[in-house]
Amino acid sequence: MDALILQFLNGLDKGGAYALIALGLTLTFGTLGVVNFAHGALFMLGAFCAVLTARVLSLESVTIDPTQTTPWGTPLEVRTTYLEMWFGDLGAGIVDYSVFISILFVIPVMLLIGVIFERGLIRHFYKRPHAEQILVTFGLAIVLSEIVKAWFGANPIPVSSPAAFSGSADIAAWFGLDMVLAYPYWRLVYLAASIIIIAAVFAFLNLTTYGMVVRAGMQDRETVQFLGINIERRFTVVFGIAAVVAGLAGALYTPILPPNYNLGMEFLVLSFVVVVVGGMGSLSGAVAAGFLLGILQSFASLTEVKAIFPGIDQIIIYLVAVVVLLTRPRGLLGRKGVMES
Amino acid sequence: MDTTPEQNTPVKTEAPANATKKPRSAFYRTSGSVPSQLPPMGPDMAPLWPPKVDILMTVLFGIAVFTMPIWLQPFGAAYPDLMQRFAIFGIFAIGFNILFGLTGYLSFGHAAFLGVGSYSAVWAFKLFSLNPIPALLMAIVISGVFALAIGFVSLRRTGIYFSILTLAFAQMCYNLAYSVLTPITNGETGLRVLSDDPRIIDAAFTGDNFVAVPQSGFFGISMSGMNGFWACAIALMIAFYIALRITRSPFGMMLRGIKSNQTRMNYIGFNTRPYTLIAFVISGMYAGLAGGLLAVVDPLAGAERMQWTASGEVVLMTILGGAGTLIGPFLGAVIIKYFENIFSALGDTTLRSVFDFLPEQLREVVVWAVSPFVGDGWHLTLGVLFMLVVIFLPGGLIEGFRRIGRMFTRKKEG
Repeated sequence: MDALILQFLNGLDKGGAYALIALGLTLTFGTLGVVNFAHGALFMLGAFCAVLTARVLSLESVTIDPTQTTPWGTPLEVRTTYLEMWFGDLGAGIVDYSVFISILFVIPVMLLIGVIFERGLIRHFYKRPHAEQILVTFGLAIVLSEIVKAWFGANPIPVSSPAAFSGSADIAAWFGLDMVLAYPYWRLVYLAASIIIIAAVFAFLNLTTYGMVVRAGMQDRETVQFLGINIERRFTVVFGIAAVVAGLAGALYTPILPPNYNLGMEFLVLSFVVVVVGGMGSLSGAVAAGFLLGILQSFASLTEVKAIFPGIDQIIIYLVAVVVLLTRPRGLLGRKGVMES
Repeated sequence: MDTTPEQNTPVKTEAPANATKKPRSAFYRTSGSVPSQLPPMGPDMAPLWPPKVDILMTVLFGIAVFTMPIWLQPFGAAYPDLMQRFAIFGIFAIGFNILFGLTGYLSFGHAAFLGVGSYSAVWAFKLFSLNPIPALLMAIVISGVFALAIGFVSLRRTGIYFSILTLAFAQMCYNLAYSVLTPITNGETGLRVLSDDPRIIDAAFTGDNFVAVPQSGFFGISMSGMNGFWACAIALMIAFYIALRITRSPFGMMLRGIKSNQTRMNYIGFNTRPYTLIAFVISGMYAGLAGGLLAVVDPLAGAERMQWTASGEVVLMTILGGAGTLIGPFLGAVIIKYFENIFSALGDTTLRSVFDFLPEQLREVVVWAVSPFVGDGWHLTLGVLFMLVVIFLPGGLIEGFRRIGRMFTRKKEG
C-alpha cells in the first residue's frame, strides 16, 4: 500500500512535466495549426536556462589561504561566490535558490525565443503541408540540441535544488497515517508549480477577454479577422506563452533530472503520445492524459509489476497509446473534426 | 493530407467523368491490382515511361554505381568503407521513398527497421552461417514482420498522427534494445559475432564452428573492403530495379493515387489500407536489407542505429535528393554520407591548415566560427542543411536541377 501511494505521487510530478509540454503543443496546434517538433527543444532550452543561471550566480573567486594547507601539502584554495562576497548571507541565499531565480530569467527569454520562432520561421509555414511543417521544426530541434551540446557538452549537468527543499517530506505524518511515505520536497514543489502554471494558462484562456478572443480564433479564424481583430499577433503571443510553459517545465525539472542536450527529444516523443491519447486539440485532454500517463508509467516501474512483465515501464505509454488509438481513434477527450483525415 | 493543387486537379476532372461509363463491379474491388481497362487518368497518373526503359535505366544506374571507384576518385571518396555506406544508405533511402515519396506517408521511425535488420543479420551469423545470404534473408523477413506489426497500428491514422506513432514505436524499440532486450541486443556494448558461436550450418559443412576472425564471407570470398562494396552495389541495383517496377506498376499508381487524394480513392471504392500497409512493409524490408548489409560488411549491431536522429537522417536524404523521384533518394544518401565523412573528420588543426591562406587573426575567427559545425558538431550542419532544404527547396536537388534546366530551355525559346 505504501509503495502504491508513493508511486502514485512519483507519477504526479512526471505527469506534470508531460502535461505542461503537451499543453503547449496542443495550444500551438490549436491556434497556429502547426505541429511543432521543436517543442521538446524548448523544454530543453528552459532546462539549460536554469543551468546557465546556476552557473552565472555561482561564479566563484578563488583565493589562496597561505596559513592552511591541504593534506597534500599544497596551499588551500578558498572558493567563495562573488554574490556571497558582495552581499553576504543574502548572496549565499540567492545562489542557493538559483532554480527559483532562473524562473525570472526563463520567462522573458522563452517568450522572446517563442516570438522569434513564430515570426521568423513558423509563420512562413502556415500554408505549407503538414509534412513540411514537421520537417522544418524537426530540423530546428536538431539545430537547437546541437547548439546546446556544443556549449554545454554532452553530459548531463546536475542542478541542485535549494537546501531547504533537498530533503524528503514525511507525507504520511501530515495526514496522521501509519505508514512510511518519504517524498522529496522538490517533487512536491514541481507538482504545485505545474498545477499553478496549468491553472494560469486555463485562467488566461477562459477568464480574460484576450483569451476569449484567442479561443474564438481557434474555432474560426476568418470570422475573428473579419471583426477587425489582428488574430495573428495574438497567436504569436500564444506561441510565446506555449514556449514559456515548456521552458518553465524544463527549468523546474532540472533538480529532478539533470538535463542533457537530448532531453528535449525524449520528452517530445512522450508528450506527442500524451497529446494523441488526450485528443489533438483538446487542452483539458492533454492535461488529463499527461497526469494519467505519468502515473501509469510510475506504477509500471514497480518491481512487482516488472517481475511479471519485464520492461513494461519502458513501453507502457506506447501500449496505452496503441490501445487508445485502436479503440478511440480521436483520443480520450478529442474534439470532432480536428486532424481527422 | 499533403495535397497540392497540381496533383489534385487531373484526378478531379478525369475520374468522375469516365467512371460512369465503366461497369460498377470494377469500382468496388477492395483488393488486388488495378484492372488494366481503368479509365485513363490525368497526366499525373499516366505511366511514367515505356516498359523497355526499365532495363535501360537500371543498366545506366548500375554502370554509374559500379564505376563509383573510378569517378569518385577526384572527390577522395573512392575507398570501400565509404562507398559501402553510399550503397547501403542508398537502399535505405530508396525504400523510404516508396513510403514517403510515393504514398505520401511521412514515417519518423524507419531507423527501427534498420536496427532490427542489423540485429537479425548478426544473429543469423551467430546461429546459422557466416554466409551473407541467410543473414540478409533473415534481416529482410524479420524487419518485414516488424513493419507489418508497426504499420498495422500506425496506418490507422494519417498525417501527423502517423508520423508521431512511427516515431513513438521507433523510440520504444530503441529503449527496449538498450534495457530489457539486452540478452538479445547486448545493450550498450552492441551485438558482435564471436569466434565460438554455434553456427549450425557452417558446422554441418565444415565440422567445426570455430572461426579465428569472424567475418562474413560468401563461399570463401570475404565480405570486407572492396568485395563488400561489390555485394552492396549488386543489392543496390536489385533494390533500384524493384523500386522502378513498383513505381511503374498499377500498384505504384495506386500508391500515387493515395498520395494525391486518399479520400477520393476511398470514394471510388478502393480500400486503401492494404495498399498503404504493403507499401509500409516493402519500405520496412528495404530498411531491413540496408541494416543487414551494414552487418554484412561489419558484423556488429548497436542500438544507436535506431535512434531518432537516424530516422531523421533518412528523411533528410530523401528530401535533399527529391522525394518521389527515383534517383533523388540515392543522390541524397550519397551527398549526406559524403559530407558526413568529410565534416566529421575535420578538427581544429585541419581547419587551420585549410584556412592557412588567411591572415593570422582572421583565420582564428574563421576557425572559431566553423569549428562547431565540424567534427562532433556534424549533426548541427545536418540540422541546418535540413532546414535550408525544406525552406527553400522542398522538391529537393532533382527539383533544383529541373528549375535550372527550365531556365536554359526558356532562354532558348526566348
